[in-house]
Amino acid sequence: MTILVIAEHDNKELKVATLNTVAAANEIGGDVEILVAGSECADVANQASKIPGIQKVLLADKPAYANFLSENMGSLVSEIASGYSHILSPATANGKNFLPRVAATLDVAQVSDISAIVNADTFERPIYAGNCIATVQSTDAIKVITIRTTGFDACPATGGSASIENIEIDNDLGISSFIKEEIAVSDRPELTAADIVISGGRGMQSGDNFSLLNGIADKLGAAIGASRAAVDSGFVPNDMQVGQTGKIVAPDLYIAVGISGAIQHLAGMKDSKVIVAINKDEDAPIFQVADYGLVADLFDALPELESKL
Amino acid sequence: MKVLVPIKRVVDYNVKVRAKSDETGPDLNNVKMAINPFCEIAIEEAVRLKESGVAEEVIAVSVGSSASQEQLRTCLALGADRAILVETDEDAEPLGVAKALKAIVDKEQPGLIILGKQAIDGDSNQTGQMLGALLNYPQGTFASKVEITGESVEVIREIDGGLQTVLLKLPAIVTTDLRLNEPRYASLPNIMKAKKKPLDTFSAAELNIDLAPRLKTLKVSPPPERAAGIIVESVDELVDKLRNEAKVIS
Repeated sequence: MTILVIAEHDNKELKVATLNTVAAANEIGGDVEILVAGSECADVANQASKIPGIQKVLLADKPAYANFLSENMGSLVSEIASGYSHILSPATANGKNFLPRVAATLDVAQVSDISAIVNADTFERPIYAGNCIATVQSTDAIKVITIRTTGFDACPATGGSASIENIEIDNDLGISSFIKEEIAVSDRPELTAADIVISGGRGMQSGDNFSLLNGIADKLGAAIGASRAAVDSGFVPNDMQVGQTGKIVAPDLYIAVGISGAIQHLAGMKDSKVIVAINKDEDAPIFQVADYGLVADLFDALPELESKL
Repeated sequence: MKVLVPIKRVVDYNVKVRAKSDETGPDLNNVKMAINPFCEIAIEEAVRLKESGVAEEVIAVSVGSSASQEQLRTCLALGADRAILVETDEDAEPLGVAKALKAIVDKEQPGLIILGKQAIDGDSNQTGQMLGALLNYPQGTFASKVEITGESVEVIREIDGGLQTVLLKLPAIVTTDLRLNEPRYASLPNIMKAKKKPLDTFSAAELNIDLAPRLKTLKVSPPPERAAGIIVESVDELVDKLRNEAKVIS
């Protein structure tokens, strides 16, 4: 049984999501290989080769994969898929984008966003915004799976020395092209990788008021998130959204400020270790999942909290 | 250009679904059903393309039980010209749905297919991408802006950390994210008019589609409960608890 893990990276650095995914692969058991597909990404392959317990790293270094276009990525992975028992990718924007193309090409079902492994063909995954956990068994020969990274602790990044093998498959389907990317530059940790997350909701009342979270985030080394209501209201961009249809986070500490606690939001953060809710409405559903609730006007509480940290 | 909009009937997004006590599935008795919110955004985008003269016809399609006619009628009231139901009592998985949609695409030859990025029941986020692979069409998933330019479509995508712009050759697939548009409400006159618009039904057998599930659901259980927390009286008490009880800040 050999498992293929598709690495998440930006052509320079291997992302932690890859380590969560390798951890899931190790839990399934069997040999684990990693595919690094990208352009001028040899450094990433070197980093991947240092993950302990990896059999080998496959490096597909071609311009066609530079921006991880789903059409080219899907075609590449489908072509090398035979022989693997499982193909795993983190459930990141990239993984969600290309992996279903692989599953459909192989004529197998995909098991999306698994949060736990029961055995080699049976997995747990949240459905209905995490209000139910389904245990599903795959009957397909190749199991194509995306991994909910918060469900698996990252494996070590160093200590191994796997060999790197170049693969020369150059699949540019020519039906899509990359124009540009606008990535928000921030000194703060990434939302999905941060130990502490502070999020604002509709109660923040405006995008400007999100600056009230900045000082606290700086003092705690926290990432800043938002509820869907705050995104829908146009306060902040969608990449800050935590929830069923946004990012799934499970930090050590999650501070929800002015967030009522809609089902969709809870789906994205209720696996956090400690949850704090600050809301002036004492009946807000967020208090039902909070370890510590503070019923207060956030415009008073936030400056005070910042001053006391 | 024809625009095809696949949609799904799902539990209304305000309903908190619970697992049945015998863990055989979600308890969907007497719950309110609705069109999947992302599908509503897809219909809106297609109707706007028609209103701006880019699209000539908007066709809504659904793969599901006969009850899905209700959501297809909603699409007709929102501005779709006609609707197609691929009727099945099977709880079809994304791969099966994508195969059924491919059969409809082969018949209708749309220039653009717009669908929701995920259904809020199964939360799979697969169907559009799978349809793309089966048709060998390019895809712009998680779209926040869609612009047709000649033989291509430019799509701005919501990705981790920001936005990505891609250019896709038509025919192409777009899956919708939240910020693409704000769907309209159906007006009463349009709801009345929708009753007269054509709605064709095919069976999966007529289309030669195998919708048999590949995944066996062994059980559906409630998520682990969180222990009840406490209400603190002040910011001081909160900081003290976080420092000395939870030990999550220093």
